[in-house]
Amino acid sequence: MKQLVNFTLNGETVSCEVDVRKSLLEMLREDFGMTGVKEGCGVGECGACSVIIDGQTVDSCIYLAVWIDGKQATTIEGVTHEDGTLDPIQASFIDAGAVQCGFCIPGMILSSKQLLAHNPSPTRGEIRRELSGNMCRCTGYQKIVDAVQLAAKRLDVEPHARAAIPFTIEK
Amino acid sequence: MYDMTGYHEAHSLTDVFKLMQADPTARLVAGGTDVLVKIRAAAPHYADTTLIGISRITALKGCTLEADGTFNIGALMTFDQIEHDSLIQTHLGLLSQAVSLVGGPQTRRMGTVGGNICNAGPAADSAPSLFTYNAQIEIQSESNVRQVPIAQFYVGPGRTILKPGEIVTKIKIAPEDYRGFVGHYTKFARRKALDIANLSCAALIKVSAEQRIEALRICFGAAGPVPLRMPQAEAYARHQPLNRAVLNTIGEYCLKDTQTISDWRNSKVFRDHLVTILPGRDISMALRGDEDEAIG
Amino acid sequence: MDKKKIIGQAEQRWDAIAKVKGQASYTGDFPIRNLLHAKILRATIAHGYVKHYDITEAEKMPGVVKVVLPEDIPATPYATAGHPWNLTPEKRDIEDRNMLTRHVRVYGDDIAAIIAKTEFQAQKALAKIKVDYDVYPVYLTPEAAMAPDAKQIHEGHDNVLGRSKVGYGDVEQGFNEADFIVKRHLSTPVQQHLHLENQIAVAYQSDDQRWFCLSSTQIPHICRRIIAQANGLPWSQVRVKKPFIGGGFGNKQDVIIEPLTVALSRLMGGKPVQLALTREESIAYTRTRHAIDFDFKIGVMKDGRMTAIDCDVVSNQGGYASHGHAVGGKGGTFINALYRADNLRFTAKTVYTNIGTAGAMRGYGMPQLVYALECAIDDVATQIGMDPIQFRQLNHQPDGYYNQFGKTKQRDFRIEDCLVKGREAFNWDQKLAQAQQKTTSTKKYGVGMAAFAFGTAVWPFGLEVAGAHLIALPDGTFKLHIGATEIGQGADTALSQMAADTLGVSFEAIIRDSMTDTDTDPFDTGAYASRQSYVGGYAVKAAAEKMKQKLIERAATTYDIRPEFLDIVANQVVYATDGDLVVTVKDLVMASYYDLATAKALETHASVNIHNNSYASGCSLAEVEVDVATGQVTLLSLMNVHDSGKIINPLLASGQVEGAMAMSAAYGLNEGLVYSAEGRPLNNNMLDYKLPTMMDLPDLDKVFVETVDPLGPYGNKALGETPTCSPAPAIRNAVKNAIGVEIGKIPLTPEVVYQAYHQAQATVEGGIADV
Repeated sequence: MKQLVNFTLNGETVSCEVDVRKSLLEMLREDFGMTGVKEGCGVGECGACSVIIDGQTVDSCIYLAVWIDGKQATTIEGVTHEDGTLDPIQASFIDAGAVQCGFCIPGMILSSKQLLAHNPSPTRGEIRRELSGNMCRCTGYQKIVDAVQLAAKRLDVEPHARAAIPFTIEK
Repeated sequence: MYDMTGYHEAHSLTDVFKLMQADPTARLVAGGTDVLVKIRAAAPHYADTTLIGISRITALKGCTLEADGTFNIGALMTFDQIEHDSLIQTHLGLLSQAVSLVGGPQTRRMGTVGGNICNAGPAADSAPSLFTYNAQIEIQSESNVRQVPIAQFYVGPGRTILKPGEIVTKIKIAPEDYRGFVGHYTKFARRKALDIANLSCAALIKVSAEQRIEALRICFGAAGPVPLRMPQAEAYARHQPLNRAVLNTIGEYCLKDTQTISDWRNSKVFRDHLVTILPGRDISMALRGDEDEAIG
Repeated sequence: MDKKKIIGQAEQRWDAIAKVKGQASYTGDFPIRNLLHAKILRATIAHGYVKHYDITEAEKMPGVVKVVLPEDIPATPYATAGHPWNLTPEKRDIEDRNMLTRHVRVYGDDIAAIIAKTEFQAQKALAKIKVDYDVYPVYLTPEAAMAPDAKQIHEGHDNVLGRSKVGYGDVEQGFNEADFIVKRHLSTPVQQHLHLENQIAVAYQSDDQRWFCLSSTQIPHICRRIIAQANGLPWSQVRVKKPFIGGGFGNKQDVIIEPLTVALSRLMGGKPVQLALTREESIAYTRTRHAIDFDFKIGVMKDGRMTAIDCDVVSNQGGYASHGHAVGGKGGTFINALYRADNLRFTAKTVYTNIGTAGAMRGYGMPQLVYALECAIDDVATQIGMDPIQFRQLNHQPDGYYNQFGKTKQRDFRIEDCLVKGREAFNWDQKLAQAQQKTTSTKKYGVGMAAFAFGTAVWPFGLEVAGAHLIALPDGTFKLHIGATEIGQGADTALSQMAADTLGVSFEAIIRDSMTDTDTDPFDTGAYASRQSYVGGYAVKAAAEKMKQKLIERAATTYDIRPEFLDIVANQVVYATDGDLVVTVKDLVMASYYDLATAKALETHASVNIHNNSYASGCSLAEVEVDVATGQVTLLSLMNVHDSGKIINPLLASGQVEGAMAMSAAYGLNEGLVYSAEGRPLNNNMLDYKLPTMMDLPDLDKVFVETVDPLGPYGNKALGETPTCSPAPAIRNAVKNAIGVEIGKIPLTPEVVYQAYHQAQATVEGGIADV
């Protein structure tokens, strides 16, 4: 019950003979070692398995692996820059103290990336709505909202100036 | 892994009909947000079947507005697309607002309006507004195309009139069913995202120049086995002035047509109380953008 | 040279980079060759006995390696609670369960298991096992389980599994003196931890022929002991490793799946077996926060002075003892910690029932007690018409109060500062006045508050041992080994700051490890209570002081300077008086490795046994909007004020506070696991269990009344659990302020609030709505 899928994973063209019964989550973890994709609920409620597909964040636990054929997928492993440096969103999550147990964080960062790609300066309310498909039990979400705001400010300036923008809480 | 016996990708309607013929027990899947969750839960008739994926069929995508003003909403339009489509926002604001409340962002990007209808959940967020727009469901089989009013499409929880070999292709809304109307949808749930309605209500209203109700359509979700229009309240409302007493009476009339039940989420008593409250609020919101003080 | 302050700095948590890169490996992320997968067969009744299993079909299913019945594995009864072992047998946790059982005490009880090549195959085969039950009556409530004719859920053991009573004075006398007596019945729901990572464990026989278990546990050392006990193995024959862990909140302070995982691997001749719970299993069949009912009776004088407090507690344990009466009984020692009254009586019992087993959860009984106490206290203030903050100011214990139950003087007990600061920072007086003015025909507004007092560690009731181990590395950095468990709260980072501060080196010079290993990390009982930075802090401080002494001794010898002249500042050994450089720590340590004559690696160990406790305190203030037509409550703002001594890392501290505030706000408003009449959980999934989303919470405000605790190792005291105590009652009290009804249960769902409001409107008299 296998089918060949060809797709782009974090910028690289890949293919896989995948069991058609597998979710994208399972294929990414088991066949490609993308263990940054986490399973928290298996039913598309918690968002820990979020993956960006063709510019849209979706829950990979309720996405059949075969559906990825011909598409582009970005996991958290593809957010880190080629040279190993952090994306400004990742750095902002650290600086704002948004990371605790870390299990929801890959999904949170991918949802943030999608949000900021479409809305470079979101309000706190817009952040809360766009990230409402990602659940977290550790943080009460406050510092995650802070982190996305910080990332928005940093992405608004040239790369060399980003580090100079410190974390200050604004509401 | 999902408990399936196989998967086929349909790239066209022709493919769909061929695949359905080859395996009459196979189930269609669009965005998967309902079907896959039910397979995982081993819901009756879901596990151990073959799936036919239709998400790549171009003919079922997008939205067109015919010259006469008829809307054709492709069955594969996602909630996210419907929410943000400028034509729909302009003319079918109630639908756009209603689907903006589905689940979370990820599910709104995958879930489709056609899938939402075919899943036939009594609490589906797209249904009440489509009922108030008198939407027609276009159903195609290999040899036939037919249209049925959405109110006749639902048979019971999870059950529709779809016959083997049939697929929902589009949802049509006629100009007379939206022109001059404004509406609002309330999803009564315990969370502001990622939730299912404990009760929901869409109201679509047209007001005359004399500030009387020219037409009112109300539909409740989760107030019966299928979404329910409120014929008695709607009949009462015609030509009534807009005031608090009328809105309250509309709410009371709705109890004649709802079929609420008690379950662990809410009691019937509480749901019935909400039935009397939500239509008036929706009307106020639709007309004035305020649920509370604007009218009365 | 200025001594760089590391304590009190918002140092970046060392594991954050790995976590934002998706590089952090949790238990399920490690590649393991030839891994077998197990699934548990769950009972479909809540009380009964399995008469017969038919496994013939299941055995034939593809991929099935073995169907495992209770008789196939050891049946030594054991206890799962993450408490230290007790040398006194009668003080041990109740050993009332087996890894698999025919005696069904909860819906979903572990009645068999399947080992298969894949998880999918195991799952599919489960449905093929046929089970015949004898069905017994189901008891969902303590009242039902305590009925005279109720069957014993554990044969030979009364359904009341624990009782306690503490107090002083004569409460009846106190009530006789009182001008008013306020009685309240208050109840709390079953809350679940909802850590994002479900329980998961992998076990196999390692190459040293011992039993290895990789697990998402808060308590590796205790986990090792309980695996060994359940499997009848010498403790040394089990090794537990804990990698990154996706939250625990107390649920992983119970050893739930690890003993069975090891037992299954043993059945398989030591082949690796993984047991991973689904979300549905994790919510329903692991542990919960106890649902506790409280009957409060409080006597008060017109001037606001309380004369007597009587509190009777009934705690619903569920089917297995787990942490048992420790949770329900805990509250007894914290009423007096907060409030003065010459007469106090606290009686409590914990009762077996057939709902899901309750265990430890962040706050360990205190969120329940503080909710009930602070509702009752607030209602007393309402009764005598006193401002609720003023009432608490009038009645709280003073700084320096000797708590005879906790055998501790509450030193630097700053509740008064919290109340004063809270009133000011929250803008209480203005918000209170405005609340009434804002009212519309359907929306009402209100403010409310609640206070708490809280012990940091478990002394004098339990063992408080922690260990630390430091190794100086050749480049002048230090590897810190601790038995304390990082579970996302940031303990590793806070403890590293402590080590750096004491050593006189930079924060970056401390190297931690993502893995806790019972073979190599010093003994510590684990992540629970609010003990890690407190008890763990003493251990780290002791190890770091010893290391500093060794470094200075080595420098003193090498450079022929009296040691008392030397200090370490900013990675340099310097003259203490003027900061002149003697040698860098790097050069000093390098020589300790390679100097032909004097090389001797520098390592220090410390194990501490702490016999003191510090009392933290604080309060919450909330502002709500209540839609009286629908009962919907919107939390407009929420502030926590904390007296937690010295804040080690303000970024981590505020993160702990925000997360706990969210957990408590949702406890008050929306969360609760519910059961059918047959004991079947009805909402064990993330759609129906209402964990708040980002849209359901406001921004969370927090204020620290920062002092230096005279006992805490770095002036610090409890913070991990304390913020989860008072938000829920503050919200309830705000709803009371808004609608004038004293609701006696949480969560305040729309239906509860609507019913209470309308019942009160109908009965005119008002009073407490018992809905």
